[in-house]
Amino acid sequence: MDEFLHMGGYALYVWVSYLLGLLVVVVNLWQTWRAERVVWRQLKRRQRRDESKTS
Amino acid sequence: MWAWLHRLASPKRFYRWSGTLARWAGWFSLLLGVSGLYYALLASPPDYQQGESVRIMYVHVPAAWLSMFIYMNIAAASLISLVWRIKVADMFAAASAPIGAWFTFLALVTGALWGKPMWGAWWIWDARLTAELILLFLYLGYIGLLSSIDERDTAARAAAVLALVGVVNIPIIHYSVEWWSTLHQGATVTKFEKPSLPWSMLRPLLLMSLSATLFYIMVAMRQARAELLSRETDSSWVRELVAGQLGSGSR
Amino acid sequence: MSLLRAGSALLRRDLSLAMRQRGQWLNPLLFFVLVVALFPLGLNPDPNLLRTIAPGVIWVGALLAAMLSLETLFRSDFDDGSLEQMALTSHPLALLVLAKSMAHWLVSGLPLLLMAPLLALLLNLESHAVLILLTTLALGTPLLSLIGGIGVALTVGLRRGGVLLSLLVLPLYVPVLIFAAGAVGNAQAGMAVTGQLAFLGALLALAIALAPLATAAALRISLD
Repeated sequence: MDEFLHMGGYALYVWVSYLLGLLVVVVNLWQTWRAERVVWRQLKRRQRRDESKTS
Repeated sequence: MWAWLHRLASPKRFYRWSGTLARWAGWFSLLLGVSGLYYALLASPPDYQQGESVRIMYVHVPAAWLSMFIYMNIAAASLISLVWRIKVADMFAAASAPIGAWFTFLALVTGALWGKPMWGAWWIWDARLTAELILLFLYLGYIGLLSSIDERDTAARAAAVLALVGVVNIPIIHYSVEWWSTLHQGATVTKFEKPSLPWSMLRPLLLMSLSATLFYIMVAMRQARAELLSRETDSSWVRELVAGQLGSGSR
Repeated sequence: MSLLRAGSALLRRDLSLAMRQRGQWLNPLLFFVLVVALFPLGLNPDPNLLRTIAPGVIWVGALLAAMLSLETLFRSDFDDGSLEQMALTSHPLALLVLAKSMAHWLVSGLPLLLMAPLLALLLNLESHAVLILLTTLALGTPLLSLIGGIGVALTVGLRRGGVLLSLLVLPLYVPVLIFAAGAVGNAQAGMAVTGQLAFLGALLALAIALAPLATAAALRISLD
């Protein structure tokens, strides 16, 4: 386990690379979720408004 | 034959098939990514010269590949948008750009992180890294142009022209940077030149590259769909969709 | 009016307008000289150092001066509506763009070419390399006008498109810089320059053929 983390002395370089990769993935996922959330919130709000008008 | 393309591009249809595509892409990306990471970090050998730092390659190369692939996608979508006036192509291109910029950035930073233990310097003006840097500027210019024009459709068309001009220039830029690099570094092997890789190293590389590509497809499709919904709010199919979602009480 | 007459009329018009506004050709030129002169001041005036950096410095100076001058390509025509009129004529906009680009080069590119021998002197560039320097400038500065035109056309509708313009155009300028400065550097070392010059020539031919089309398309989009 120790050797795995140590990466033959290159620990800093290897792990920062992988963490950065993870960061890029997470950031993009978050952007996606945020965009979807915003749109759905708007759509639902509009729908409820329309329904209350007709009922 | 192009009627097929037009039908596929109709907002309602695009929304449906892109959703399916995104879902499949997402799950496969996860699957391939997990197994790719397993092979990259655990089940592949260290390099005879570079030791464990070669594992950075399994992040750097997929990122660099994606940075180019995404730009090609943006160019293709731009062409489709300009020639056939298909709006969803615009949305897909706009969604792709920030993702492409992020992966270009990742390629650059992992390139530096790979280079430091190898060459002792954080940055060398190696042909591939230099070309990657210029690609980042191409992405930022594209994103900048899109955001500075207020009128959405005008912005999309201007950005589409820019993307096509950029794609024509990419081979020229690559060729000139290659030439410049060999001029100043002699005929020595540029460090990212790999001799044919053994399967034990090729496998994680392919898995990670494929996983990253599918990740991009999922994210770009989902963002394009979100944009589509916000533009088509008043159409009947969207209303039905929302009503259905509210009725089932989910989301 | 035939296309040729329209094109030459446009060329003459742009030239006479530029002549009346001295700034249009003088400013980029002065900027060119100033930028190049800054380098010995910022580094050290050792003749050997200057000789080594001369090709790159002169070319970067030319690039920046060209970028500075790009705004004048379409700005005033856009503002007073003549650009729209040009787009509405029956003549292909791309060819009118070519005429304007040529005028732009004569006003902002050619002076750089004429000033270059002086700058070569200031930076101690070997005399046998000066001819190659002029050749690269002769091939390269029209390229800068043509490629830059695309960027200007895309941003002409924006209020403060200046910085964005640099971001759009500089990556496209990189190959020109590499081959032009590379050719001069090779000439200094007594090596062959035919490859680089041929590449510049090919780029120029490609740009003359394609850039006006992209610029015209971009103009139509900006005019909408």
